[in-house]
Amino acid sequence: MAEAHPVGFQWVMEAKRRGAKVFHVDPRFTRTSALADSYLPIRAGTDIALLGGVVRYILDNELDFREYVVAYTNAATIVTEEYADTEDMHGLFSGFNDDNATYDQASWRYEGHSQNRTTRDSETQRETAAGLENESHGAPVGGETERDETLQHPRCVYQILKRHFARYTPEMVERVCGIPQEKFFELARAWTENSGRDRTGMLVYSVGWTQHSVGVQYIRTGAIIQLLLGNVGRPGGGVMALRGHASIQGSTDIPTLFNLLPGYLPMPHHANHPTLDEWVDSIAHPGQKGFWGNARTYGVNLLKAYWGDAATADNDYCYGYMPRMTGDHGTYQQVLDMIDGKIKGYFLLGQNPAVGSAHGRAQRLGMANLDWLVVRDLFMIESATFWQNAPEIETGEIVPERCRTEVFFLPAASHVEKEGTFTQTQRLLQWREKAVEPPGDARSELWFFYHLGRVIRERLATSTKPRDRALLDLAWDYPTHGPTVEPSAEAVLREINGYDVATGRPLASFTEMKDDGSTVGGCWIYTGVYADGVNQAARRKPGSEQSLVAPEWGWAWPANRRILYNRASADPDGNPWSERKRYIWWDADKSEWTGYDVPDFEKTKPPSYRPAHDASGVAGIAGDDPFILQGDGKGWLYAPTGVLDGPMPTHYEPVESPVRNPLYRQQANPTRKVYTHPINTLNPSPPQEHSQVFPYVFTVSRLTEHHTAGGMSRTVSPLAELQPEMFVEVSPELAALRGLSHLGWAHLVTSRAAVEAKVLVTDRVTPLRVDGRIIHQLWLPYHFGYEGLVTGDSANDLFGITLDPNVLIQESKVGTCDVRPGRRPRGQDLVDLVVDYRRRSGNLVHRYPPMVTTDVADSSSDQEA
Amino acid sequence: MGVRSWFEGWPVYRQLTGTDPLGRGAAAKSDGSRALTARTDTADSMARSVCPYCAVGCGQRVFVKDGQVSQIEGDPDSPISRGRLCPKGAASKSLVTSPLRQTTVRYRRPYGTEWEDLDLDTALNMIADRVLAARDETWEDVDAEGRPLNRTLGISSLGGATLDNEENYLIKKLFTAMGALQIENQARI
Ligand code: SF4
Repeated sequence: MAEAHPVGFQWVMEAKRRGAKVFHVDPRFTRTSALADSYLPIRAGTDIALLGGVVRYILDNELDFREYVVAYTNAATIVTEEYADTEDMHGLFSGFNDDNATYDQASWRYEGHSQNRTTRDSETQRETAAGLENESHGAPVGGETERDETLQHPRCVYQILKRHFARYTPEMVERVCGIPQEKFFELARAWTENSGRDRTGMLVYSVGWTQHSVGVQYIRTGAIIQLLLGNVGRPGGGVMALRGHASIQGSTDIPTLFNLLPGYLPMPHHANHPTLDEWVDSIAHPGQKGFWGNARTYGVNLLKAYWGDAATADNDYCYGYMPRMTGDHGTYQQVLDMIDGKIKGYFLLGQNPAVGSAHGRAQRLGMANLDWLVVRDLFMIESATFWQNAPEIETGEIVPERCRTEVFFLPAASHVEKEGTFTQTQRLLQWREKAVEPPGDARSELWFFYHLGRVIRERLATSTKPRDRALLDLAWDYPTHGPTVEPSAEAVLREINGYDVATGRPLASFTEMKDDGSTVGGCWIYTGVYADGVNQAARRKPGSEQSLVAPEWGWAWPANRRILYNRASADPDGNPWSERKRYIWWDADKSEWTGYDVPDFEKTKPPSYRPAHDASGVAGIAGDDPFILQGDGKGWLYAPTGVLDGPMPTHYEPVESPVRNPLYRQQANPTRKVYTHPINTLNPSPPQEHSQVFPYVFTVSRLTEHHTAGGMSRTVSPLAELQPEMFVEVSPELAALRGLSHLGWAHLVTSRAAVEAKVLVTDRVTPLRVDGRIIHQLWLPYHFGYEGLVTGDSANDLFGITLDPNVLIQESKVGTCDVRPGRRPRGQDLVDLVVDYRRRSGNLVHRYPPMVTTDVADSSSDQEA
Repeated sequence: MGVRSWFEGWPVYRQLTGTDPLGRGAAAKSDGSRALTARTDTADSMARSVCPYCAVGCGQRVFVKDGQVSQIEGDPDSPISRGRLCPKGAASKSLVTSPLRQTTVRYRRPYGTEWEDLDLDTALNMIADRVLAARDETWEDVDAEGRPLNRTLGISSLGGATLDNEENYLIKKLFTAMGALQIENQARI
């Protein structure tokens, strides 16, 4: 955090000054470790084993915040007897289907529920990254559950959790992660001692957790701990996702993602959502509790925002215009389709996949096989010059005279040359004022897309083709201003917020939205950002003149709420858990919820409210159910549906690992998304043979002085000067073993590429004792490429493509490699080197690791024999 | 210059007699530095902005002189950053005023070996032509069972996460109306 989010880290230091204990877990000792109370080096890709150890420690010692756990989580809920755990099946859960490597989630359901109400089978859910839809709400389940509040029932979630994590002992943590037991105990003790009525603990993560084939389950494990300790919905608690780009949160809320529409509405699927009714019912699940009962309203408001007057009740608000998914249309599938010649044109909007995406060579070869490419950026980035300067020019894989891709480079406006909102970590929208006009031909994306749409609509004006109606009926009349005819970002923000069609009055809250076409709203979770016709995101009341919550700086979704599920900061009766942690509470005199933040609860629903037996929607949520976007109102220790790789997290080895999974026979995530394509070669891992050809673990991350693929930092002279060169950090032990010398050159080799870097021999990376042997790890920054003021090989070239099944994010935080002294070979010699490694690892014909390995009991470490 | 003013101009004298006994402030100031004014004082205008790098969202004040960015500083009012910026945020002025920035459209024709110049309006129209052609060539009306698809899989897009919400909103809206599904963002990565 000190490296990648330095100014945010000042608050960690403030907390430390006031007595908080700071733990840092990372494969490499960083600036964060230097300032932490305790640093735990970890083998990359094993966090679930560590966190699972903490879960076991809590449950074994009964250190959970029992009152919170019983009232607010699903610990007491009873699960059907059809459910079988990884304990009984060598690391698989019940319901695994060998044919398509997915789970039928039916046996994971709550007792008494006839079925989970998903309309899509697990394979379709994986193909469409359906897990992402749950960023704003839980997966659908019925609200009525059977409970044992003594937590003794053998099939209650609490007991299931206990059994599931029983083998995650401190010895096992040491064996899997390489973390000494005393270090583990220090962490577990501090975490539990600093949680409860009077204290809260916070968990902070970043893409070091998400970019894994089990990334979603990493975060689930963290959430389980935080729920068990009562650290959710309370001040100083939570699971904090530190997002890496200015508006990456905004880019999922108002997504430019294939499977989502604004506000986490799913993009329609051809088989599951042929009509408007089927689409909204699949989201709302009639009879379900919670705020998603209003899905029809949110959907209709979006359609009205898209198609304006043309969208009426009679034509289902133009739902028929929507394109339909048939499967995985994600960025990695696209790149493979480019290589196969299926895609004609590609837009890159401030993004540099030639450096920033996994498997850089695949990215560049894909771009070299298009009809046309549009690159919009501040600088001449690698993705614009691949036809000129890519490493594949040297190997002869790209020849400019034979590369047909037509490339348009359009200069973009910088953040000070346009106005608009970012949504930052903490879901906070901040408006930026425009300082100056953009130089020359530089324009904002707002300008480009508004005018592209204008030109396209003009071309089609006389078209009678049905397919062109969606473009011609589009509500596309934004006011423009200034010498460049820039569209008004405020007008767009107002449409996002929503307004009353008849009067034009901006809506103050999504509860004002109607499902009859009388209101318009482009992103329901953002409604309120333009309340009272005021740009709330532009508020700048100085922090020194506000409470600690600072509600009048910018605007947070939903409803300017700064801590989600903050009803949980009060006990079931509505009183603060303690004076020290007072935040939101029930004011009995006024009969309303009050406190320092906007209550995340219906303002006047008393703690004593109990829903009628058949109540659904918001009325189905009891006065002591804080998790109002969950079907059962509870925080989920156990996910009865919706998480494709299991109801509880399980340690699986990374797809490329030098180690046989010490916990289960099942080696890697059995439901991971795999692309079998000739370019996507993977290094073998146990129980496959030849994994010793790639004996070392490597991981990548950021430097303070650079930003992602370097397009905004290797081009900026002070930053380029501060970190001028690609390097690799190796331990003194590994340097001695492989003959690497400090400040000399080394190159790393995988089945995809060889990448060279200057050697930094340092004890910031340390060999770990894992399962009785020494594992060496290497670390690289991933910022470098072949353009800019400072250049170097790209670390992401080393990775293959394997994705998390829930959200289709790639495993690019861990892989295996070999390392050799000296610079990498050039030209054909480079190709030969990589091919030779593939030959030696038995992978010339594209063998993929088996999905299921439960029948292989060959490992000496297999404790289930 | 009289002897007295010469004497008073001597930093050690000022250090011994003034309010700056350690000689780290006023006493050590030269005439040259006394005559300097901060760029923030002489700016024509100031815009309230936000750092474009990571998601912490540090407040920035962007100072403008003669239509050019003259300085970017941390915004002390921000409850998030309290005026601080990290090396990247502090380099924002160098980012927006970098001489490496491209300010004109560049065009590489198929099989070309050099960049060429192109007028912005021409480029916009050429792109519109290509989008419509790709869409027509790859359009899918219905699936094998006759259910609607309304789409093209011939067009892809990958956006960065420094795009504004308003920009993402228009991108998604236009592409969706166009039937282009394969719209992705750094948020996937
Ligand atoms: S100044 Fe640094 S910490 Fe603050 S938003 Fe910018 S990059 Fe992030």
